[in-house]
Amino acid sequence: MAPFDIAVIALILMFAPVILAPCCAGSRSLAIHLSFTMTAAASIAAVIAGILAVQHGVNTTAIVDMGLPDLPFHLRLDPLAGFFLCVIGLLAFFVSIYSIGYVKGFSANRSIVRFVIFYSLFIVGMFLVVLADDAFFFLVAWELMAASSYFLVMYEDEKAENRRAAYLYLVIAHVGAIAILLSFGVMAGLANGFESFQGYTFASMRATTYPLGWATAAFFLSFFGFAAKAGVIPLHVWLPEAHPVAPSNVSALMSGVMLKASIYGIIRITFDFLKVYPWWWGGIVLSLGLVSAVLGVLYALMQHDLKRLLAYHSVENIGIILIGLGLAMLFTSFHLPVLAALALIAALYHTLNHAMFKGLLFMGAGAVLHATHERNMEEMGGLIHKMPWTAVFFLIGCVSIAALPPFNGFVSEWLTFQAFLLSPALHRPILSLLIPLGAALLALTGALAAACFVKAFGVTFLGHWRGHASIQAVKEVDWHMRIGMLLAAITCFSLGIFPTVVINWMDILAEKLVGGKIATTAGKFGWMWLTPYAHERASYSSFNVFIGILSVVLVTYLLLHAKRTAIRRVPAWDCGFARTTSRMQYNATSFSMPIRRIFGPLFHIREESEAIQPVRHPAYPEKLRYRLRVRDRFWTWLYEPIGNVAFFVARLVGNLQQGRIQVYLIYSFVTIIVLLVFLG
Amino acid sequence: MTPSYAAQINSVMAALILLTAFGLLIQRRILGLLHLFAWQGFFLSVSTAIVGYVTGVHHLFISSFLTLTLKVILLPYILYVLMRKLNIKREIESLVNIPATMLIGIALVIFSYHLTSPITHLSTLVTRSTLAVALATVMLGLLMMVTRSHAVTQIIGFLAMENGLFFAATSATYGMPMVVELGVALDLLIAAFIFGIFFFHISTTFDSLDVAQMAKLKEED
Amino acid sequence: MIDFSSFMTEVLQLLILLLAAPAFTGWVKTVKCRMQGRTYAGIFQPYRDIAKLFSKEVILAENASWIFRFTPYIVFGVTVLIGGIIPLVSIDLPLADTADVIALVMLFAIIRFFTALAGMDIGTAFGGMGSSREMTISSLAEPAMLMALFTASLGANSTSLTHMVQVMAHGQFILRPSLAFALLSYIMVHLTETGRIPVDNPATHLELTMIHEAMILEYSGRHLALIEWAGMMKLFIYSALGIAIFCPWGIAATDDPSGMLLGGVFLTCKLAAGGVILVLIETGLAKVRLFRLTEYLGSAFLFATLGMLSFFILE
Repeated sequence: MAPFDIAVIALILMFAPVILAPCCAGSRSLAIHLSFTMTAAASIAAVIAGILAVQHGVNTTAIVDMGLPDLPFHLRLDPLAGFFLCVIGLLAFFVSIYSIGYVKGFSANRSIVRFVIFYSLFIVGMFLVVLADDAFFFLVAWELMAASSYFLVMYEDEKAENRRAAYLYLVIAHVGAIAILLSFGVMAGLANGFESFQGYTFASMRATTYPLGWATAAFFLSFFGFAAKAGVIPLHVWLPEAHPVAPSNVSALMSGVMLKASIYGIIRITFDFLKVYPWWWGGIVLSLGLVSAVLGVLYALMQHDLKRLLAYHSVENIGIILIGLGLAMLFTSFHLPVLAALALIAALYHTLNHAMFKGLLFMGAGAVLHATHERNMEEMGGLIHKMPWTAVFFLIGCVSIAALPPFNGFVSEWLTFQAFLLSPALHRPILSLLIPLGAALLALTGALAAACFVKAFGVTFLGHWRGHASIQAVKEVDWHMRIGMLLAAITCFSLGIFPTVVINWMDILAEKLVGGKIATTAGKFGWMWLTPYAHERASYSSFNVFIGILSVVLVTYLLLHAKRTAIRRVPAWDCGFARTTSRMQYNATSFSMPIRRIFGPLFHIREESEAIQPVRHPAYPEKLRYRLRVRDRFWTWLYEPIGNVAFFVARLVGNLQQGRIQVYLIYSFVTIIVLLVFLG
Repeated sequence: MTPSYAAQINSVMAALILLTAFGLLIQRRILGLLHLFAWQGFFLSVSTAIVGYVTGVHHLFISSFLTLTLKVILLPYILYVLMRKLNIKREIESLVNIPATMLIGIALVIFSYHLTSPITHLSTLVTRSTLAVALATVMLGLLMMVTRSHAVTQIIGFLAMENGLFFAATSATYGMPMVVELGVALDLLIAAFIFGIFFFHISTTFDSLDVAQMAKLKEED
Repeated sequence: MIDFSSFMTEVLQLLILLLAAPAFTGWVKTVKCRMQGRTYAGIFQPYRDIAKLFSKEVILAENASWIFRFTPYIVFGVTVLIGGIIPLVSIDLPLADTADVIALVMLFAIIRFFTALAGMDIGTAFGGMGSSREMTISSLAEPAMLMALFTASLGANSTSLTHMVQVMAHGQFILRPSLAFALLSYIMVHLTETGRIPVDNPATHLELTMIHEAMILEYSGRHLALIEWAGMMKLFIYSALGIAIFCPWGIAATDDPSGMLLGGVFLTCKLAAGGVILVLIETGLAKVRLFRLTEYLGSAFLFATLGMLSFFILE
């Protein structure tokens, strides 16, 4: 069966719950099981379609006669679309299985049918975005994705902060959509000389060569639009508001795959349509990527809300993907296709990896939220004893995102480093000097990310329970949620151990988009060794690292346990003061204190502590009130001024609204006279 | 000594001059600053001597000797005596944000490299690659004067700038004419004496050598 | 694919690492004591310490989880793996291509990650403090380390250790100021990562001054033995890595026994000299305040960047 047909089946199966769920609205359990099983099946179909599409390099198109007259919908499945279909489908599969358990935990007075309908529409929207082959259909699918995710974010709409977060998300998404629309307008117009509407198909946009000025306008408009949806600094402010308030399976999907739809858009427009461009475009993308990466992880370190922390990390990882894309653009504009292929493969690999480990992390955070009804890390602790499986899966997610070998996060970061360090080949001295500084910033980001996840895992799962409520009620989550997380963890591990297989599979993308192949060098020494550029240049063997560590650990363990002495358990050492409480251990705020002190000027920090009366002696306060507020500086620099200007203009225009009938009649009268003068 | 070997040693000296320029930027102790300045002068004189040996421009040996006496021995000694007289031998200065200063310094080095690369491509001299370092030293000296708040350290920044200019002259044109160099050396010596007089004056007026105090001279209304 | 002689080279190298690392620590401590006018128990005291710890009972806190028990093994395992990758006496190592220098830095990050988690596991204040400080300082040291390694790799145009050693040891001898800057930066990062003065005092018993020690405060018995041994191997590995990158002359190119013996002699002399330099630095400097470490690590980054700049400008 052709991959395109499988993709169509996936679409139909994914849309089915929209119709079927209201039919079984009576039984909650039936609705949940049926809908999510169908979405899981649809996701598997999408994954298969995607894998086959990339492997065979297919290029199928289809025309659907919906839409406006003379402007039908075009669909196309090519390797790039197949890759993103695979990414979306894979995470949707895991999250759908997870959702069966998670949604059961929603309180009884919420409507499941509403959730399922928007969930299906959301994923259908994402599938259609990557399959769309003309500007009109693309924007329809984009809007479907944005609107259904808005309703999903606002699912718990009784709280005002949720409504506010969803509204902010909607505003920024639509500002981005307008920019994308304008960009498509520029490209469609130039594809046809501004004469007919037929330029709106991607095929005609692909075939046109654009003059530099218009190409720059189109690129920056579309980059602005996609960056707003992807959460690139400074357009990221909706991410840390919207992702925490959404239900956790929705956050996993939004963070894992919806941001990737924007990456798909950027790649499609830059590498597929506007194939020729000057080097400074790549420089701007690279710089924005670096800024997003560093600031994203620094903001993440300041958070004590588990899901907000993960949301800021998405900003960081999108930054890393943009770094890879920027390097690919730089190398392409200097006509170095093999290096561009390396950078592009690094970016795409990181896309896949991020979907996997971020999805896993959000699923774990959802499990913790499900079990403890808490999102604040300062109220958690010691959960590893109560939720052992969740702890293991969350740990695998943490190790992957911290880019530690032999898991998958390391492979894509290593490839990005290799692309950075090959920059002396550019033969432009200024770039050769500046780009390695970017590599140093990426190293800083990676190390800070590891610190952040030590904090996240350590404060949530290790130590003693810090909460006010009792820990006795906390139980491990049910097996649906565990299976979803287990599958994602296994994928993370496999992507880390078998990078050559994945790169072999992805290589056709590099060939089609930038004209270079790296799989021949990358896998030259067999499946175990990853040698992206040349063997003497650098090599890495993930499997050997894993086997090496495993064998030494096993040998040491067996040698040391030959004696079988029992381990004695005692209370923790408390320096002789008998009353150590759980308040005396480090929590999230204290863990990140050194970093807050060092990088303080980058944030808006207000910190105050005062002793609570009565105070017996000024040197020995017994009770303190400590308040800390860390805010994003971009609110005061960018968004508040824009908001003020908008309100100012609105107030000026509001003067038109006088409220008296005579004034409105005068408006109509003046309009009629003007029209008569000009048309007469 | 083959020309390529001499060029390598010259590059090493240039790197060391750049290192001392950065060291001057971030060093807190005033005595340490004097030592760094003396080392910078020493590396400068060695570099000039090597260039003179390889190219056969013999007056460079005289300039090298002049640099050695003046910048390595005489000027640091004069400043040390001044500091002892004014009782500021062990003073430690508080600096504005060292990591930011370092990053600006790196940006200045990259900028000066970008600026001098056309000249480097056209030049045929042995010392062409060190012109960027020389220009960077001048700019780092200026940065040092901007970020410092003590009068002695500002003077050292000025002298470091002059080091950079001298190094630039050697890199670009194999040294200035002898008359010019003697004149500059004499000017430096006189400047050192005048600085000494001013230090005493400032110290007696404000009771400290912190140039931020000079803001008091502004008329308040 | 792997023939018997290179396999034996690998085994020999691992044995050298496991057996010689405590002797290196003993040598450093002996030189330090001599320099400070104290007497010491000899170079072989660390062996006796580790043996004593192995024979002692393990005591765990009541709420220690499996991460706490698993960490010593992981730390030991990763350290041994890293030791098998770095060329000590011969370049002809089958495992050498498993990781280039960047992957090597990330392998060290695994050790740091798990040790920090173990520090947070028991839920005492000292463990959390150690973890927090260690993660902060290592994040600031990463850019400097990367820049130093990148500068060192520019000459050989490769980040694979074998290739870098080969180019340096058997290539033409050129005076490179970039390598001198990179070496200076590497030494500063080495002191940071192995927890020596001026970053962290390895001999302190005051908990508020600890960084690395605070994370492993709760360990006892064979777990502590594994962690201590891994710590000694880490010092050995960092020194050997610096020697391999910056002055690898004398290393054997093939795996014939006489070449390797000569390589071993050279390695011993270089490590002895390295130990003396380490002690001179430690005795001459004082421990820097925690928040002054940003300037220290910033200067390390600065020197490495200067090295990179001087490579492009001057060479």
